[in-house]
Amino acid sequence: MSTIKSLDDLKKIREEALKKQQIKESSGKTEVIVGMGTVGIAAGARETLKAILETIEKENLSDIIVRQTGNIGLDSYEPIVQVAVSGKDKVSYGKVNPEMAQRIIKEHVVEGEIISEYQIKG
Amino acid sequence: MKAIRSMILVSSDPESMDHGALEVFSTLQKQILAHGLEEEISLSMISDVSKKSQNPLVLVYPDAVIYGSVTPEDIPHIVEEHLYKGRVVEEKQISPYDLSGRIAWLTARKGTLPAENRIVLKNVGLIDPEIIDDYIINEGYEALGKVLKEMTPKETYTVIKESGLQGRGGAGFPTGLKWQFVAGEKRDKKYVICNADESEPGTFKDRLVLEGDPHAIIEAMTIAAYAVGADEGFVYIRGEYGLAITRMQKAIEQAQEYGLLGDNIFGTGFAFNIHIHAGAGAYICGEETALIESIEGNRGEPRARPPYPTTAGLWQKPTVVNNVETLANIPAIIRNGPEWYKSIGTPSSPGTKVYTILGNVNVTGLIEVPMGITLREVISIYAKGMKDGGTFKVAQTGGSSGSIIPASLQDTPMDFDSYNKAGVSLGSGALLIGNQDVCVVDLAKVLLNFFRFESCGKCNPCRIGNKRAFDVLSRIAEGVGNLQDLVDLQMLSNQLFELSNCGLGQTAGSPLKDILAHFQAEVEAHIKLKVCPAGVCPMSGNWEHQID
Repeated sequence: MSTIKSLDDLKKIREEALKKQQIKESSGKTEVIVGMGTVGIAAGARETLKAILETIEKENLSDIIVRQTGNIGLDSYEPIVQVAVSGKDKVSYGKVNPEMAQRIIKEHVVEGEIISEYQIKG
Repeated sequence: MKAIRSMILVSSDPESMDHGALEVFSTLQKQILAHGLEEEISLSMISDVSKKSQNPLVLVYPDAVIYGSVTPEDIPHIVEEHLYKGRVVEEKQISPYDLSGRIAWLTARKGTLPAENRIVLKNVGLIDPEIIDDYIINEGYEALGKVLKEMTPKETYTVIKESGLQGRGGAGFPTGLKWQFVAGEKRDKKYVICNADESEPGTFKDRLVLEGDPHAIIEAMTIAAYAVGADEGFVYIRGEYGLAITRMQKAIEQAQEYGLLGDNIFGTGFAFNIHIHAGAGAYICGEETALIESIEGNRGEPRARPPYPTTAGLWQKPTVVNNVETLANIPAIIRNGPEWYKSIGTPSSPGTKVYTILGNVNVTGLIEVPMGITLREVISIYAKGMKDGGTFKVAQTGGSSGSIIPASLQDTPMDFDSYNKAGVSLGSGALLIGNQDVCVVDLAKVLLNFFRFESCGKCNPCRIGNKRAFDVLSRIAEGVGNLQDLVDLQMLSNQLFELSNCGLGQTAGSPLKDILAHFQAEVEAHIKLKVCPAGVCPMSGNWEHQID
C-alpha cells in the first residue's frame, strides 16, 4: 500500500475505491449488510450473521456479498439486516432472528420478493 | 427517515377519552394512510392538554392550529383540507385560550419541523468501519488534507471558533476557544486527548461513533493536533467498550499504513501519533482532569483548577480534551465552512446534537437533530409517543449529571442557551423519558445513590454531601421524613454545587434542586401524607441507617 502524500493521492485512492464499488454494484451482486454494533451484537446479530452465511453455503448461492456495519441508531429494531439488490433501493429488516434471516435470503435475495412484514417502517 | 412535515397530537385526558379520543386517533391514522402521508406526518397522543367541554382536541404542529370537539366524522375533511391541501378548516378551529396544561408554539418553527440531520453520524451504520477505503469514499481525510496543505494552524482554529461549535460532553465550552488557548501556549510538548470515557449511564452516542466511524475521530484529532501544535494524542476509551477499542486500534493501524498518521502525514513532515488508553470503569474518569491523572497512571481524582488543562494538562503540558461527538463535527466543519455549520441549529448553539432516547417510550435509540428541537417533538416524532398510552411526566437529561425536566418545560428549545435560562442543563445527550409511574423522590434517590457510590472522595462536600442527601431521600421514601428535610435538601444542593471540587459534586446537587423546584407537592405528599403518589416508594415506616 502506498502512502498518501497529497490531496491528489487521496483523490486517486477515493476514485479507485469508488470504481471498485461501482464494479461491485454493476456486477449484479446482492449486498447483505448486518448491523454489528454493540447493540446489534447484544440483540443477537452474530447468530443472525451466522444463519445468513450458513444459508448461503447450504443453498450453494453465489454473487452475494455479506458485510458488516455499525449501529444506525434504531436500537429498538436490532438486529438490523439491510439487503441491497443491485440497482434497487436498500431494504431494511428489523429484529431479524436466524429463522427470519433464512427466509430473507431464500425469498428476498434469491427470489427477489421483499418480505414486507419484517420491514422497518419510518 | 423522511423529513416530518407535520406533527399531530390528539388529547387523551380522561374527558377526551370519554368523548371518543381513541376513535378520533384511529380514524386519523387510517385517513393519513389513505392519503399516503404516513411518512410526512407523525401522530401521537398527549394527555397534558385539554379544554373544558371542547375535547377531544387535535393539535397541528407546526401550524399552531387547534381543532376542538373533534368527532371521527370530521377527520376525513380535516385530513383532506388541512393536511393534504394545506388549508385550515376554520369552522372546527378553536382559540388557544383557556387550555388547561401548557403548550407553546415556537414561532420560528412555523412551516417546518426539525428533521434528522446527520453530521456526526453521517457514516455510522452505512460504511464498514473496519475498511479505511469506505471512509475515504465518503469524503474521509479530505478535511485533514485541506488543513495540512492549505491552511495555517491559526486559520484552522479560527474556522472552528467561527463555526460556534460547543463541546458536546455536557458543559458546552466553545471548542475553537479551547484550541486557541492551547495554540497560544509556547511549550515543547502538547497533547490532544479524545474523551471517550462516556461513563454517563444511559448515554451511548460516543460508542456508536467509535464503533461505526472510528476514522472520523482520528481525522479530527489530527486536525486538532495541527491547530494547536501537538504531536501526540490519546483516546481514552472506557474498558467496557471492547468492540470500540478493537475497531479504533484497527483504524489507527490502517491510517498509519496510508501515511495519514505517523511521522510524515500527507508528506508534509507533520507528525502525530495516537495511543489508546482503556479506562477501568470509574465514573469520575470522564471528568477531564481525573482522566488526565488516570492516563498518567495515578488514581483517577480530579485536580484543583486553575490551572486548566489548556495550560497544564497531561504531564503538566498544555492539553486539548475534546469529547467524541465534538470531534466528529470537526471534519465536516472544515470541509463545508463555518457559515454552513452556523446555518444549522439555533443562533446561540449551532449544529446538531445526538440524543439517546430511552425510558417509557415506544421507540428507543439514537437520533441526531439540529439544536433547538423540543422535548415534545422528540417524544412525539422520534420516540413515537409514550408507551402504553402513558403520560409524559419527567425527563432526565444527560445520564446522571443532567437535570430532571418536568412536563412544563417540554416546549423549551433544547440548546445550551435556552436550557440555561430555564435553569436546567442539557447534559451529555441521554434522554430518559418517564411516565406517570415514575416517582421523583425515587428517581432522585437512585441518582444520589449513584453519585454517592461514584464520588472519588477527594473533597468533603461531595463525599459527605451525597451520602447525607441519599440518607434524607431514603428517609422520605420510607415515609419517615419531616419538613426540615426539605430545607436540608435545598441546603445540601447548594453546598454540593458551590463547594465541590469538580463537575461530579457540582451536578449531584441538581436533581435535588429540580425536584424541589418542579415537584415540591409530590415530595411533600411523601412527608405530610405519608403517601407516594406514584406508588413506587416503599413507605414502610422503618428506616434504618443503610450501610454498604
